[in-house]
Amino acid sequence: MTHTDESTHGASRANRKAFSLKRFARTYGPQLGILGVFFGLWIIFIIAAPTTFLKPQIYNAFMSTVPFFAIMAIPLTMVVIAGEMDLSFPSIMAMGMVAFLLTYGATPGIANISVRVMLSFLAALVTGTLIGWINGLIIVRFGIPSLVATIGTQFFWRGAVLVLSQGKSGTLSYVKESFLHPALVGKIGGTFPTQMIWLIVIAIVGWVLLNRHKFGAHIYLIGDNANSAELMGINTKRVRVQAFMLIGLFSAFAGVIASFHVVYFWPSLGEGHLLSTLASVFLGGTSVFGGTGTILGTFIGAFIIGAIEAATVAVGLTGFWTELIYGLIIVLSVIMHAYLRKRAE
Amino acid sequence: MDYRLELRNVSKSFGEVQALENINFQLGQNEIVGLLGDNGAGKSTLIKIITGFYQPTSGEILFNGQKIDHLTVPRARQLGVETVYQERALAELQTLWRNIFLGRELTNKWGLLDVPKMRDETYRLMNQSMGFTSSAIDPESYVRTFSGGEKQGVAIVRALYFDAEIIILDEPTMGLSLKETARLITFVRDIKRAGKSAVFIDHNVVHVYNVADRIVVIDRGRIAGEFITRDITLDVLMEKMIRVAETGNLD
Repeated sequence: MTHTDESTHGASRANRKAFSLKRFARTYGPQLGILGVFFGLWIIFIIAAPTTFLKPQIYNAFMSTVPFFAIMAIPLTMVVIAGEMDLSFPSIMAMGMVAFLLTYGATPGIANISVRVMLSFLAALVTGTLIGWINGLIIVRFGIPSLVATIGTQFFWRGAVLVLSQGKSGTLSYVKESFLHPALVGKIGGTFPTQMIWLIVIAIVGWVLLNRHKFGAHIYLIGDNANSAELMGINTKRVRVQAFMLIGLFSAFAGVIASFHVVYFWPSLGEGHLLSTLASVFLGGTSVFGGTGTILGTFIGAFIIGAIEAATVAVGLTGFWTELIYGLIIVLSVIMHAYLRKRAE
Repeated sequence: MDYRLELRNVSKSFGEVQALENINFQLGQNEIVGLLGDNGAGKSTLIKIITGFYQPTSGEILFNGQKIDHLTVPRARQLGVETVYQERALAELQTLWRNIFLGRELTNKWGLLDVPKMRDETYRLMNQSMGFTSSAIDPESYVRTFSGGEKQGVAIVRALYFDAEIIILDEPTMGLSLKETARLITFVRDIKRAGKSAVFIDHNVVHVYNVADRIVVIDRGRIAGEFITRDITLDVLMEKMIRVAETGNLD
């Protein structure tokens, strides 16, 4: 470590408040890094396809589709910071909707559509939270690595979706009569998508929970050194189960808004979101080893992921290029984060 | 007067392995007890029982004469037990203030952290209690950048902040420089002066002899013997320790 000039020791009290560029860079390095990538790509996109990227429509399109996976990427960030992994959330999205459909189907006696849809919505959220709780229990009770456990539950719940829905898709046109439809996926002023508001609210609540709440403090400590956390009396099992319950809850929520958006239920709901959600988290600088990571990084990561596809097409490349550019940007960003972490030491 | 802490017939086994067997251990009011023993003698297991990390297989634990069932880490802390662990129990990727308040964050009733207060308290503690004046030590510093002695300082300050009645120091001199070790010995004497009790565990017989009122020797999970420090010379103690290691008997 660096030792500063002896003469500054007496003034350490003053130093404490003084701005230190080095410390600022050390504390916010990962966020600054991903912000740099974000603005760099944005400028490239604007130069390469000004007709697309200087119009508001493209941004409305992003704000309409990115929240579907970004909403799950926020709690996934917490799970990964705690040193765990969850691969089952795409199936939880669909299981939440199955619970929604079953509840709706079982309550024909309720005349008020809004009440009926609201009840079904709550059933979806409860189901998602319960599945997260089961994931957590399997992981902490039996000591199974979460990567392995959630590969298993991912298949199990997808299977449950197929069995319960008999593989059938179906319209949700009735939800349009409920206040919940505009509340979740409406357009404010005819253009601004409501799901973006939900994403922002969830990101802010997520930030407070992670950085200004005991829960988040324990998440960081468990991911950093689970043994220390236990010696200091943190109930590491309970906190990890709670993290899995959170991602369960928000996966079900994301499943509902994604289905409401297209007013249709597909039994394959969520299958396309696995990698984009994971990529948002790692692009955002969260370490796969746990202990470090930020909500802001994930938030920006999600928008970079969301913009790449539109950008490749707008720039004039064929859709075939999308995945190649995805891969390139993800690999380069992860290398950048590894480099920044080394530098900070 | 009751003992500050007493273990009665405490045994602990991990599956087939008997780590502790019928331990009877007392810690008096304002007493410093040195715990000596070879590697694997059961010192760490014993202190992890006192801190509530392990539950004994059988036996009783009493604090101030009162029997405590199902001692957990939070319960032990409530009873005033603070520990400076051998492994330091730090989270190195986190900031200093988060480490000081690890597991006991200052919060309001909704569990929201009082970050400014924790930062200020950390700053005050590092300066006043530990005499850390290096301007590189800041509540926002990351603990991984600290030296061994500084990390130990964090672990000690953390034990002090919460008004401990019993302070347990598990191999606290490990990895410390000579100067840092001297500071640590002063710190243990300060515990005594402040009217508190401590259990001091160390490989180094000289360190233990210098600060402890009483020395308890553990060997292969049993208490092999104990001495009042002023009744025994360092040379005799050293001889006995070697004999225990070889034969399992003090005499």
